[in-house]
Amino acid sequence: MLRAALSLLALPLAGAAEQPTQKPESLGEPLPGLELFRWQWHEVEAPYLVALWILVASLAKIVFHLSRKVTSLVPESCLLILLGLVLGGIVLAVAKKAEYQLEPGTFFLFLLPPIVLDSGYFMPSRLFFDNLGAILTYAVVGTLWNAFTTGAALWGLQQAGLVAPRVQAGLLDFLLFGSLISAVDPVAVLAVFEEVHVNETLFIIVFGESLLNDAVTVVLYKVCNSFVEMGSANVQATDYLKGVASLFVVSLGGAAVGLVFAFLLALTTRFTKRVRIIEPLLVFLLAYAAYLTAEMASLSAILAVTMCGLGCKKYVEANISHKSRTTVKYTMKTLASCAETVIFMLLGISAVDSSKWAWDSGLVLGTLIFILFFRALGVVLQTWVLNQFRLVPLDKIDQVVMSYGGLRGAVAFALVILLDRTKVPAKDYFVATTIVVVFFTVIVQGLTIKPLVKWLKVKRSEHHKPTLNQELHEHTFDHILAAVEDVVGHHGYHYWRDRWEQFDKKYLSQLLMRRSAYRIRDQIWDVYYRLNIRDAISFVDQGGHVLSSTGLTLPSMPSRNSMAETSVTNLLRESGSGACLDLQVIDTVRSGRDREDAVMHHLLCGGLYKPRRRYKASCSRHFISEDAQERQDKEVFQQNMKRRLESFKSTKHNICFTKSKPRPRKTGRRKDGVANAEATNGKPRDLGFQDTAAVILTVESEEEEEDSDSSETEKEDDEGIIFVARATSEVLQEGKVSGSLEVCPSPRIIPPSPTCAEKELPWKSGQGDLAVYVSSETTKIVPVDMQTGWNQSMSSLESLASPPCNQAPTLTCLPPHPRGAEEPQAPLYPPSDPHPSFAFPPSLAKAGRSHSESSADLPQQQELQPLMGHKDHTHLSPGTANSHWCIQFNRGSRL
Amino acid sequence: MGSRSSHAAVIPDVDSIRRETGFSQASLLRLHHRFRALDRNKKGYLSRMDLQQIGALAVNPLGDRIIESFFPNGSQRVDFPGFVRVLAHFRPVEDEDTDQDPKKPEPLNSRRNKLHYAFQLYDLDRDGKISRHEMLQVLRLMVGVQVTEEQLENIADRTVQEADEDGDGAVSFLEFTKSLEKMDVEQKMSIRILK
Repeated sequence: MLRAALSLLALPLAGAAEQPTQKPESLGEPLPGLELFRWQWHEVEAPYLVALWILVASLAKIVFHLSRKVTSLVPESCLLILLGLVLGGIVLAVAKKAEYQLEPGTFFLFLLPPIVLDSGYFMPSRLFFDNLGAILTYAVVGTLWNAFTTGAALWGLQQAGLVAPRVQAGLLDFLLFGSLISAVDPVAVLAVFEEVHVNETLFIIVFGESLLNDAVTVVLYKVCNSFVEMGSANVQATDYLKGVASLFVVSLGGAAVGLVFAFLLALTTRFTKRVRIIEPLLVFLLAYAAYLTAEMASLSAILAVTMCGLGCKKYVEANISHKSRTTVKYTMKTLASCAETVIFMLLGISAVDSSKWAWDSGLVLGTLIFILFFRALGVVLQTWVLNQFRLVPLDKIDQVVMSYGGLRGAVAFALVILLDRTKVPAKDYFVATTIVVVFFTVIVQGLTIKPLVKWLKVKRSEHHKPTLNQELHEHTFDHILAAVEDVVGHHGYHYWRDRWEQFDKKYLSQLLMRRSAYRIRDQIWDVYYRLNIRDAISFVDQGGHVLSSTGLTLPSMPSRNSMAETSVTNLLRESGSGACLDLQVIDTVRSGRDREDAVMHHLLCGGLYKPRRRYKASCSRHFISEDAQERQDKEVFQQNMKRRLESFKSTKHNICFTKSKPRPRKTGRRKDGVANAEATNGKPRDLGFQDTAAVILTVESEEEEEDSDSSETEKEDDEGIIFVARATSEVLQEGKVSGSLEVCPSPRIIPPSPTCAEKELPWKSGQGDLAVYVSSETTKIVPVDMQTGWNQSMSSLESLASPPCNQAPTLTCLPPHPRGAEEPQAPLYPPSDPHPSFAFPPSLAKAGRSHSESSADLPQQQELQPLMGHKDHTHLSPGTANSHWCIQFNRGSRL
Repeated sequence: MGSRSSHAAVIPDVDSIRRETGFSQASLLRLHHRFRALDRNKKGYLSRMDLQQIGALAVNPLGDRIIESFFPNGSQRVDFPGFVRVLAHFRPVEDEDTDQDPKKPEPLNSRRNKLHYAFQLYDLDRDGKISRHEMLQVLRLMVGVQVTEEQLENIADRTVQEADEDGDGAVSFLEFTKSLEKMDVEQKMSIRILK
């Protein structure tokens, strides 16, 4: 009720206030007749002022950060409060009355939600749940403790005569004040602790407490407020019970609202594939709706939006596109930072308004001492209890930081402003005290906490890059612990976490995630992916243009031989994505073993040329196309990669290649062989290959498969030109060289003779030099591992774009040229420079396999029907290739 | 913790077990209780079947391997001391200053032993090295089905290479330990109730 009523109070920031400066005066004297120029300040006043305030705050931020020294010593929040004081002083001096202040309505409805959403959404959930017990204890017990002890002690102070008698307040008033002053403030805590970098556990406990205690604060405040309004005489015993009950209603209700909206949000983003552009908006809208709904039902809105952010993140992140993810992240951060800035500045400004507050030294000093003392005492007591149950006890230093980090902030201020002066006669004193407390905690404690943390040698958070090993072993440990808990028969934390994960995997994720999105959320995969991108980038940074043929080695695969036959078969069955450079190699394969090796080789080097993002030119406002610069960067990147790759290949095969065929030929060639592609559908596997022109292309993503109407133009950016090469089984037997296949710009590989096939297989030759690898540091990469990193990077890059399972094959072919007509707005694809991606079907290798296997493939083939709408089918085969080869071009119709 | 009704005396060799594992009396009682509950036929030892009956273990990707770890050297049964010895790896590391148990040279719950326990879950053939193949098998268990075999292999390669320092294409225990240098293994491989 309380906060619902706030909406009535919610006036746009300072909107109601008169503009104190001269601007309104220039409103213009009415001109006769047609006005050439009209000054309409009043029409834009409110939004204009809001924008101006934000602008001023932002500019101030810039100024603060001009000096690194200042910001490293003084937290930004302090600077902003001080700035607010100065600005408020100026306004006061100019207008002779305080104009602006932090309106509770504005604060709760507009300024607080972005901050809470930001913190909930980016909350490290694992850490949060690992410490949930402690967080809840501090949030619930701690806040109750602080409120009651502070309130009671202040009342005692008054009874002792240390508070001036003009402060007319009874025990209930003091409890009310205690309830609003006791809560640790998320905004203040975040602002200070983000700069302090204490260790994660400490941070999550203090910060989690500040978020979750909102429910307690709201309930206490509401209950005390209504008790005060009822008058202490009229309070019945049932009212106390109701007060306790409302604690549960408000907190659990708030959390439930948040989770419901999180569910809705996750579910909605599952279906946004065609309207990527509104994905970020959905996130904000639904989270805000959660906040408002909870507010409306007078539940804990902070809790609601925290749970919403916390709950939806995993699914939303998996569902929305990469760009949307970035957008969400930055928008959220921007909004939160903006809101935070404005809050602190307005806090400073509000303090200037002396008409609102009345000073009483006894009350102020008493409050300051009590909140510090009882906070510390509460922390010590609770920690003592908690440590009986904690695996890693919180030591004394942690307790000091937790006590000292109990900052009060704008929530307390907004709540105290909301008090009804008629019911709470001491309101003005409370306001003054709150302002002092807030200023003291934010400025004094904020200033000193950093030196304190340093001095106490609090464990700092250490940022180390995650490694695959760590990630994998961490998962192992989790499973081990869950298993051990099972064996011991203790259903503890690990047991329930494991349970939850299974439930999530089985039901929730199925329901809330796109099918293509599962993999992204796998953490091991995620780490792998990020490592690869990093490696790829540093690879290029290090001058991918330097062709050091000596330095390149294939990744060593020592245990290749122990590779189970079955897994190879599995591999072949997978219609994963990959790219293959040397189409010829497979021809030479004779024995089944060799063939598998060769296929394996192709699969493994598969990632090499899978471009990650494709784009299409579009004038639509609903789709953002990359600008030229970005494109160019990518081109450079890929060119480098390619050159690297070529040199690698030549080294590998000890063959000097000459690019014998001029490129124009390839187009001609493609046009020749139209036929057999359709006839020879083994299980097609798309191996994207990228042309020199480095247009970014991709294979179809799995998502395409989900919907059959693939011809529609509004696809997400997953389309690409796909170029499928197929061979009939005879090809394998004949072992003919289809030399003309170097449609790809990479040097043609002279097909190794069957006898030396083994030698040519890269891993065989690579056996000798087992190199050393992937550096775990971003900045440096050992040359030897470049190839590795490169391979892996590209495969991971591409596979994101094209999920591995159920790769949609493209059975149809489009000629490269006619497309000019189709896509007049695709400047990236000059007709003379076609950019097909080459795909390589594993069917090549599979052709010779047993019938049982191929029959097993049949169902898969059905799955792999063409998904994209193909306007025309033209099959082209490379010129010198025998007719069994055919290369399919598949241009995404949407290109 | 443990029920007072049962007495430590019911556990044979209780003192030597305590000395070896460092468990408190209460924990041992609790574990003994559990041991007998798992032992369906009151045969005095546990077989693989007994452990496989634990429902949640069946869905644990590493469940089989963990069950296997209770039966070293291919034995078919595990008695109570053996049972407790395995679980002792997960006893939290206690601070030296809290003078509870005097530290023995190499208690079962030392960082090294905890790591070794995890290591031998990977190292199926017990050659002291996690080969690429073994890594791949673990990854296959751990990573969701949505990742293709091909990518799994890439991950396995990468994982091995990342940890592999001497270039033998496999991860030795030393390398395994090193790759986890920065991780708080003592914390991550401990269960609070096993004091």
